[in-house]
Amino acid sequence: MNSAFLIPLFPLLAFGLILLFGRRAPGQGAYLAVGGITASCLLSFWALATILAGGSRSLREYSWIVTSTTTIKVGITLDPLAAVMLVVVSLVSALIFIYSIGYMHGDPRYPLFFAYLSLFAASMLGLVLMNNLLAFYLCWELVGLCSYFLIGFWFERPPAARAAKKAFLVTRLGDTAMLFGILYLIFQAGTAELPVVFDKIHAGLIPQSALTVIALLLFCGAMGKSAQFPLHIWLPDAMEGPTPVSALIHAATMVAAGVYLVARCFPIFESSAVALQTVAYIGAFTAFFAATIAVVTNDIKRVLAYSTISQLGYMMMALGLGGYSAAMFHLSTHAIFKALLFMAAGSVIHGCGAQDIMQMGGLRSKMPVTSLVFLIGGLALAGIPPLAGFFSKDEILLKAVETDKIAAVLGFAAALLTAFYMARTYILAFLGEPRSEFHAHESPRVMTVPMAILAVLAVVVGFLGFPQARGTWFHHFLEPAGPPVVHRWLPALAVMSASVVLAGASILLGAAFYHWRTLSVENFRRRFRYLYLAMKNKWWIDEAWNLILVRPAFLVQGALAFFDLKVVDGLVNLVGLVTIALTYIGRVFDLLVVDGLVNLVGWITKQAGATGRYLQTGVVQNYLLFVFLGALLLFLFALR
Amino acid sequence: MPPLTHLLALGGMLFSLGVFGVLTRRNAIGILMAIELMLNGVNINLIAFARYVWANSALGQVFVIFIITVAAVEAAVGLALIISIFRTRGTVNADEVDLLKW
Repeated sequence: MNSAFLIPLFPLLAFGLILLFGRRAPGQGAYLAVGGITASCLLSFWALATILAGGSRSLREYSWIVTSTTTIKVGITLDPLAAVMLVVVSLVSALIFIYSIGYMHGDPRYPLFFAYLSLFAASMLGLVLMNNLLAFYLCWELVGLCSYFLIGFWFERPPAARAAKKAFLVTRLGDTAMLFGILYLIFQAGTAELPVVFDKIHAGLIPQSALTVIALLLFCGAMGKSAQFPLHIWLPDAMEGPTPVSALIHAATMVAAGVYLVARCFPIFESSAVALQTVAYIGAFTAFFAATIAVVTNDIKRVLAYSTISQLGYMMMALGLGGYSAAMFHLSTHAIFKALLFMAAGSVIHGCGAQDIMQMGGLRSKMPVTSLVFLIGGLALAGIPPLAGFFSKDEILLKAVETDKIAAVLGFAAALLTAFYMARTYILAFLGEPRSEFHAHESPRVMTVPMAILAVLAVVVGFLGFPQARGTWFHHFLEPAGPPVVHRWLPALAVMSASVVLAGASILLGAAFYHWRTLSVENFRRRFRYLYLAMKNKWWIDEAWNLILVRPAFLVQGALAFFDLKVVDGLVNLVGLVTIALTYIGRVFDLLVVDGLVNLVGWITKQAGATGRYLQTGVVQNYLLFVFLGALLLFLFALR
Repeated sequence: MPPLTHLLALGGMLFSLGVFGVLTRRNAIGILMAIELMLNGVNINLIAFARYVWANSALGQVFVIFIITVAAVEAAVGLALIISIFRTRGTVNADEVDLLKW
């Protein structure tokens, strides 16, 4: 299809119009934003349909930068990967935009919120479509910028402003490495246009060591954006932003951009076993690591944040193990149920005004719809069949079991913990007796309907990945030319059963701790004191970064400030003093010489007058004498 | 007849005496008298030229008549001025009328 380029343009147009018209726009900007994203969503579905009908790679190229020696082109690639991503991003975005109408109702900067959301959607959709790594990087940075704006949307709150700054700086760290990777790639391949690069890689024109370096540097960017260890620290703090922001950007789309990057540049990664290994292990470790922290977190949004980090780790692990379609499938299902969970959390916050699950309880009766969708999302996340999460997570676990034992162990451990903490969160928030006084009420329909839609999708979408003899339907869609996935049925069944049993056991364990109180949380905390402390303190990663990077940065800043104040300002002041001294000389000159001359002229005149006045005797005969003498002189001269 | 230069010398001498008198006399009337001397010296000059050079013309002599007339008038006016000064200043000494002195 030739009009894929329109997909990012509709939200961009909405952004511009909302900025121009502000409150005078329809629905104070909300309807413009929703209209833009809905148009993109419809176009994305049409694109998907086109791809399904057999039109495969479609390419459109524009000359971007033209110099005398080279022309840099940027193009749009519409292949199954892009089509899937477009549909996921635009659909989830559209639902969240509608949800925001209710959530942000009454906010003083309501139109600006939708403007930012639209700009984000435009950048994200552009990122999906670009096939020139430089243009991709541009959209990547734009997405990060929108994240900054949206996290710090309520910037009057210092924690929110700090969180936005932290997010931007941490991702910047990764992005800088990524930029070096892109530049090195351009150096090696002569261009950043991916089709050309991939051709060169397949022809063996680029040395493998270079490809490893490039892949690792690109992965640094992905680590920042997708919150992999150790650059995950910004995502929990990013929960300071409004919940729709958390749902859209930090669960479903922007953080998935890192996964998309690796998927999009997969030929680069494929050529380097080192890079793939690194991706897989970092992903597996992150999956487990984040899950351990989620178990002891009390803020409902932060639990979901750590859960997101953990699930992104799963996706990276899958990519590293070669499970390209498994990762993308999990990305899609995760987007759906994570967005759902965040929206439900937002609904809880909107209804109760509280975020600490230790203060909640018994919300099930007061917010039935929210409770139900949260349950569905939670079960999906835990991997309970027949919900979507089961199928996608199982694909990944199966791949891990088949390829790498360590990754498989970490993956299963993380799955265990995931089920546990979701059960804990649900039980503490929705079941039992209320632990605080609030008049909780269910959220308005504009918020509950999108949640319901996502809940239905969470149930249904999983079947796209229903295991079949030769790989799932989704796999065939994404990798029609890839090697056929042949799962031997016994390991597959074993993995599936094991994951279900483990998840079920974890949920029962959670219920034992928190619902039936048969096991004591206090005992656990006492017996495993150091472990509990480590988890509660997020394994002190923030503190580590503080020591390694933040404090030195402030030291450098102090030194530079000292230099600026003492040396630079000293020089400037010195120039000032010299100028003043010079003016003193000028003043002396002016007073002595110039004034002296002027006074001299006056003095001469006065002296002349003082002397000449004696001629005036008042005696007429004297005057006559002068007349006579003058006449005499004239005669003498006339006679000469 | 004596040569012209003798008469001219006479006229010149009279004129010089008059100039000397104007410049040095203290009494204002003395100054007036010296002025008369100057005029008469001029008269003699004119007559000399009239008799010796322009013998046919009576122009010189007419001129002298004019001068004598004017001298008389002027003497009258001058004396009137002196009387006026005497009445206001109480003196006719020229060097005592020095109001325009510095």
